[in-house]
Amino acid sequence: MSVLARFAVTALSAVPAVGAWAAQSSVNLQTPVTAVATEIYDMHTLMMIICLVIFVAVFGVMFWSVFHHRKSKGAVAAHFHENTMVEIAWTVIPVLILLGMAYPATKTVISMKDTSNPDITIKATGYQWKWGYNYIKGEGEGIQFVSNMSTPQEQIQGRAAKGEHYLLEVDKPVVVPVGKKVRVLLTANDVIHAWWVPALGVKQDAIPGFIRDTWFRADKEGVYRGNCAELCGKDHGFMPIEVHVLSAEKYSAWVADQQSKLAATKEDPTKEWALAELVAKGEQVFAANCAACHQADGKGMPPAFPPLDGSAVVQGPKAEQIQTVLNGREGTAMAAFGKQLSDTDLAAVITYTRNAWSNQTGEAIQPAEIAAAHN
Amino acid sequence: MSAVTPDQVHDDHHHHGPTGLMRWITTTNHKDIGTMYLIFSFIMFLSGGVMALTIRAELFKPGLQIVQPEFFNQLTTMHGLVMVFGAIMPAFVGFANWMLPLMIGASDMAFARMNNWSFWLLPVAAILLIGSFFVPGGATAAGWTLYAPLSVQMGMGMDLTIFAVHIMGISSIMGAINIVVTVLNMRAPGMTMMKMPLFCWTWLITAYLLIAVMPVLAGAVTMILTDRHFGTSFFNAAGGGDPVLYQHVFWFFGHPEVYIMILPAFGIVSEIIPTFARKPLFGYASMVYATASIAILSFVVWAHHMFTTGMPAETQLFFMYATMLIAVPTGVKVFNWVATMWRGSMTFETPMLWATGFIFVFTMGGFTGLICAIAPIDIQVQDTYYVVAHFHYVLVAGSLFALFAGAYYWLPKWTGVMYSEFIGKLHFWCSIIFFNITFFPMHFLGLAGMPRRIPDYALQFADFNALASVGAFGFGLSQLIFIVAVVKCVRGDGKKAAASPWEDAQGLEWTVPSPAPHHTFEIPPVVK
Repeated sequence: MSVLARFAVTALSAVPAVGAWAAQSSVNLQTPVTAVATEIYDMHTLMMIICLVIFVAVFGVMFWSVFHHRKSKGAVAAHFHENTMVEIAWTVIPVLILLGMAYPATKTVISMKDTSNPDITIKATGYQWKWGYNYIKGEGEGIQFVSNMSTPQEQIQGRAAKGEHYLLEVDKPVVVPVGKKVRVLLTANDVIHAWWVPALGVKQDAIPGFIRDTWFRADKEGVYRGNCAELCGKDHGFMPIEVHVLSAEKYSAWVADQQSKLAATKEDPTKEWALAELVAKGEQVFAANCAACHQADGKGMPPAFPPLDGSAVVQGPKAEQIQTVLNGREGTAMAAFGKQLSDTDLAAVITYTRNAWSNQTGEAIQPAEIAAAHN
Repeated sequence: MSAVTPDQVHDDHHHHGPTGLMRWITTTNHKDIGTMYLIFSFIMFLSGGVMALTIRAELFKPGLQIVQPEFFNQLTTMHGLVMVFGAIMPAFVGFANWMLPLMIGASDMAFARMNNWSFWLLPVAAILLIGSFFVPGGATAAGWTLYAPLSVQMGMGMDLTIFAVHIMGISSIMGAINIVVTVLNMRAPGMTMMKMPLFCWTWLITAYLLIAVMPVLAGAVTMILTDRHFGTSFFNAAGGGDPVLYQHVFWFFGHPEVYIMILPAFGIVSEIIPTFARKPLFGYASMVYATASIAILSFVVWAHHMFTTGMPAETQLFFMYATMLIAVPTGVKVFNWVATMWRGSMTFETPMLWATGFIFVFTMGGFTGLICAIAPIDIQVQDTYYVVAHFHYVLVAGSLFALFAGAYYWLPKWTGVMYSEFIGKLHFWCSIIFFNITFFPMHFLGLAGMPRRIPDYALQFADFNALASVGAFGFGLSQLIFIVAVVKCVRGDGKKAAASPWEDAQGLEWTVPSPAPHHTFEIPPVVK
């Protein structure tokens, strides 16, 4: 079937204007870079051709009738109102066409579901509204990071010119080697998200409390971009996915670089921090994790996202605030950050909120206090 | 069908009920109630339309200009809920109320008081639904599908929506029971089931679907309610629940719901095409069987909305095959309509234009439906604008166009005045052109990778979005033409309509005078 489909695509591209238009893939599926995505692309082309043929046939008949069997053209109505043979034919023939469509689709479904024997396994966790990645098996094991959209707010609000990859760019992309089978395990922390990279032919829901999996093997180096595909709240439109497919050597170099960075930034959980240090670090953590809801000015977006500036919890006893940040607030969008952030980051961000805006408690929360508060 | 209709003139002595507002509040007359359903649904249609235009205005160009993401999500959610439960469904019930008794030769609906109650629940539900915009936190922003756990996170707007859904569900169930009992028990002597107009058949089957699935929806939203407030964990893995359970329960309602919104449309079109082709409907029996097949199949295809949740290959294959099968009876219907037109003697008054437009554009939605049925392709296009295009082709060009077809077809019967052909045709041509400008580019957007339900998008999607927004405003404004057409009829500004204003219309409704008197068929006609 793919031969037929390719033929059709080639024939279509022969018309230069149409070819050029389609090549930007602004009217068709994105250029596939995995075997599965290519099968899907070809299957879609084939389906389009079959549908187009049926469409032309059925509406050819209808419009012939519309133009010729008009009262104004002197048409006299016939009186037939059934014909068993015709009715059986137009029931059976569609069934046969459907069987022809089902055959390639079945093969693709089965290969999409075959996540066995991966070279690399990565766990992706959906958070409101960012992705966390965890390389759990294969080359790069142990690497983990959180990937946030990197498009600045000024561009979204129209105060700055929009960049080339507006809304489709992240601070830390997923990096994988070319030609290797990558299995992606998916889960979520809060609500359902979906991990979708069109060029890889992958879309899989990330369901809180459950693990689902999918896989891809990219045949071509490059940068492939996608989005969260399942409505997940306020910033659903702002949690992109960026996958960098590198050659084996470059991938190894990336892994080595990541691991040395990981070792260098390893935090000492018993370190005593100064207030100013914590506040400075906390401001960055706040911007990356909290500002989407509570806003950079701490005013929040009440009532869904309460203000932290002047908040009784933030200005009150620190134990309660620590519990809220660690475990979240059930039934609200307040997530449990206890497992998302390091104790140092948690200590810093809590200290920051207690010493920012009009909150001036002057208290510094140390990582050790967070460690003690876990459970 | 030929009918012996007793003299209707004696019906013209008017009823002796209350007048003014109380007449409408207390009425048990199927025509009054039908009128109220139609007016209510049109108001909701305009409200949902304003939400849609706000969405399209925001999406006119990249960046956030008019609304913030939170409110944007409220708009997409409420647009869906208002259009499905407030506009399309009540409009079809309005048609059923007006036309079913007239078509089967009954004097009224079987349960006249319950009929009144079914209607008057709706404004209450609508107030809860629209009012939820004004409570702290605003309306629910979880999408019209109200997926858990996102819906569990929402503010009190979600609770109002849950109660609105409960109330609308009760209204629909009562309406459906009324229709089943009326059609089964109150047909005129001689009108066997297989002599009923197809509209009665499609509504009978739709009514059974409603009775089967509305309680399922009520159950799904009630589980959300108890998860939100009473400590249950139906959809919370930490408490032993499963978020995907919600989707199974919701779509067990949701897929038959799709056919609830399209089967009566098939019925309306099947009345109109034979009238203007001046030729009996081709394959009446196969139309009935096809409708029943679609209804039965609709119960075993729900998980095709959930291909990306990660079900086993066998399950995906089952739901893929079952979904593809629906193309067969749907195809039979389209072939039958075309065969009805074939060698007819056609004229294209406004109802026929809408019906022909319906077949043409609805079938495009049918084809994209078939493409979506193929699980691997669906995984690429699920939750993208391709799906948005697909369901607007079947729900706007399908259900809504059929509703307009029916409205123009029966307006002379309802008001006693012919609508203006010029205005009707203008409405049709503006609608179909702007409809395609709005929704056709969405296929491209979806294929190229634009997710749905996002307030802002990447730059490569800008051109088609701008085009779609222009089309949407054109489409929205075109609907105001309909108000002009109807108001002219209601004010008596137009040619007086005969009992049968169409040259070759069949059916008992054309045997009573236009406008249909307050009471009709008090003595049942005899159908031979």
